[in-house]
Amino acid sequence: MRHWAGVDVGSWNTKAAVIDEARQVVGTAVVRSGADLKGASERALREALVAAALDPTRLVQVWATGFGRRSVSFAQGSRTELDCHARGVAAYVAGPLTVIDLGGQDSKVIRVGADGRRLAHRMNRKCAAGTGSFLEEIALRLGTDVSKLDALAGTASEDLELGSFCTVFAGTELLSLIRVGKRPGDLARAAYRSLIKRVIEMDVLQGTIVATGGVFGHHATMVRLLEGQLGRTVIVPPHPQEMGAFGAALAAQESSLIPAGKEASPPAARQDEDDE
Amino acid sequence: MTQLASSAALKATMARYFQALGDAAERKTAPVAWCTSVGPAELLRALGFQVFFPENHAAMLGAARQANRVMPLAHAMGYSQDICSYLTTDIGAFRLDESPLASYGLRGVPRADILVFNTNQCRDVRDWFEYYGRHWQAPVVGIRSPRYLDEVREDDVDGVARQIEAIIPPLEAVAGRRLDAAALAETVRLSRRLSDLWGACLDTAAHRPAPLTFFDSTIHMGPAVVLRGAVEACTYYELLLAELEQRTLAGQAAIPDEALRVYWDGMPIWGRLRALSELFAEFRTNVVASTYCNSWVFSALDPDDPVHSMARSSLELFIVRSEQPKEEYLERMVQRYQVDGLIFHDCRTCPNNSNTRYGMPQRMTERLGLPTLVLDGDVNDLRCFSDEQARTNVEGFVELLTDRRPAGTR
Repeated sequence: MRHWAGVDVGSWNTKAAVIDEARQVVGTAVVRSGADLKGASERALREALVAAALDPTRLVQVWATGFGRRSVSFAQGSRTELDCHARGVAAYVAGPLTVIDLGGQDSKVIRVGADGRRLAHRMNRKCAAGTGSFLEEIALRLGTDVSKLDALAGTASEDLELGSFCTVFAGTELLSLIRVGKRPGDLARAAYRSLIKRVIEMDVLQGTIVATGGVFGHHATMVRLLEGQLGRTVIVPPHPQEMGAFGAALAAQESSLIPAGKEASPPAARQDEDDE
Repeated sequence: MTQLASSAALKATMARYFQALGDAAERKTAPVAWCTSVGPAELLRALGFQVFFPENHAAMLGAARQANRVMPLAHAMGYSQDICSYLTTDIGAFRLDESPLASYGLRGVPRADILVFNTNQCRDVRDWFEYYGRHWQAPVVGIRSPRYLDEVREDDVDGVARQIEAIIPPLEAVAGRRLDAAALAETVRLSRRLSDLWGACLDTAAHRPAPLTFFDSTIHMGPAVVLRGAVEACTYYELLLAELEQRTLAGQAAIPDEALRVYWDGMPIWGRLRALSELFAEFRTNVVASTYCNSWVFSALDPDDPVHSMARSSLELFIVRSEQPKEEYLERMVQRYQVDGLIFHDCRTCPNNSNTRYGMPQRMTERLGLPTLVLDGDVNDLRCFSDEQARTNVEGFVELLTDRRPAGTR
């Protein structure tokens, strides 16, 4: 059986996903991106292949995505994470839909039509507000690890608001609340609520709402609060953190199944033309 | 991308302009007037002034990526990071005694004998000129323009015309001569000729493939901004137009194998002009037209009615209009240039030239059925611009536009 892989080089983590001919995910991996993006992309793919119990020679193509997509020297093609998250989600959920992808350093709202094609997107401004970095900062202020923030928010009993737009000012606001004796659990939930507010103001959310990215994948409180805010169900598809990598694998598969000369890829430069 | 052969003539034309300014300021060969970029330049030229446009100077600093080094001094003087970064760049550079005009032999910006603003574009230009007016004890005069116009009415035109007439006596006092009606008519005639030629140059991009890009135009528009009413500007644009028409006839594309065509609304990002130009070219996408470059096409100028037609021209500008005429204008441009999508630059420090903040991109998508992209950035302040984010935004937009095209045409 033939297989395809996608590698999503994000600001914090590099994700890989391997799919089979039936577009089923057979292996995934998440590794820290660090400063060596090429090394991280190789490591992620190697680990995903191990998880899939697959020999690398069985891969037809590997495509890359994410901010570090141009560092994946072994990839045969690339698409933006905007395309890959939309593509991945559309494989699970029928449109029209809106994808909310929260990553470590950016957030995206992507609209997808009834035919599964992307219609529009919005990215956050050049600012950490509304991204996973915000939660890292808040966890630091609360003296905990970001991986424990979700459980901490689960103990909340009082609704608190963080009013600041800015991550730094929100941190200062948090310190003021700590000083007046507010409980860490309540503050953790206030931080999640603040993040939700930043995201929902990015675009009008239409159709089925689907949440992807590591922040939603690892912070169930975010999903619950978003559902509460919108008054509707939010779908978290399988492998939310690896959704971009899955979408890249789908793009790889689509490319290799299209007859030569009819590729649907954009008129992009080849990977080896990258000059940065 | 192929550089236009006219570039050498452009450089020579601009060099002669700056050197004449330097002569005026340093050897007193002529009085010097500062003018806002869409101010009453024809009047100043007809009175014998050498005319300096500080917005052009600020753009030069931005393009040279000097802005972020010099702006902090202006911020420290009380000029906020949130106001026009042209202003803060220019004043910061002035206080540091730095200017790209040094490469033309000038010691700095030419000292103004009088400063003439028109607030048709924003209030910042007046604040900017008043700084220099205080510094040099030079008179600051100007036109306080109506803004946000649904239609350009005769009473608005009359009001601006009266303001133009009112600044003539103080200008005459500084110039040391009376305004000659025939000289003004001739200057307006030349300005109209220049405007028509520049408009024709931009119009060549309606051809498929387009012979020039928005990024070319931002450079080649120099004489259209600083030499309105001067015969040498007309000479230059006759040359440029001939080259562009030649390219059009030969089917020579500015972007080889042009695949997509997009429109740019808002200010350029001067410090990333080359990077963005290369990014779009990489994706075989030509930014074929822009509101910005077309803002120096003044079709109402009429030598038979100089003052009124100058007033009308200053009010018909895109930036002076309300949302409805702006949207109608964009629709006409989309149709004329046959674009696949529109990019709106949300220029952090230039709200008046950012048409993103009251829902226009969304309305244009609804109105035209075309995708729009909002790009966050700034005309000069590169702290407001992220290269990585812009790349993903643009590349994602190109993917989207490509996927919309019928199979077999991608």
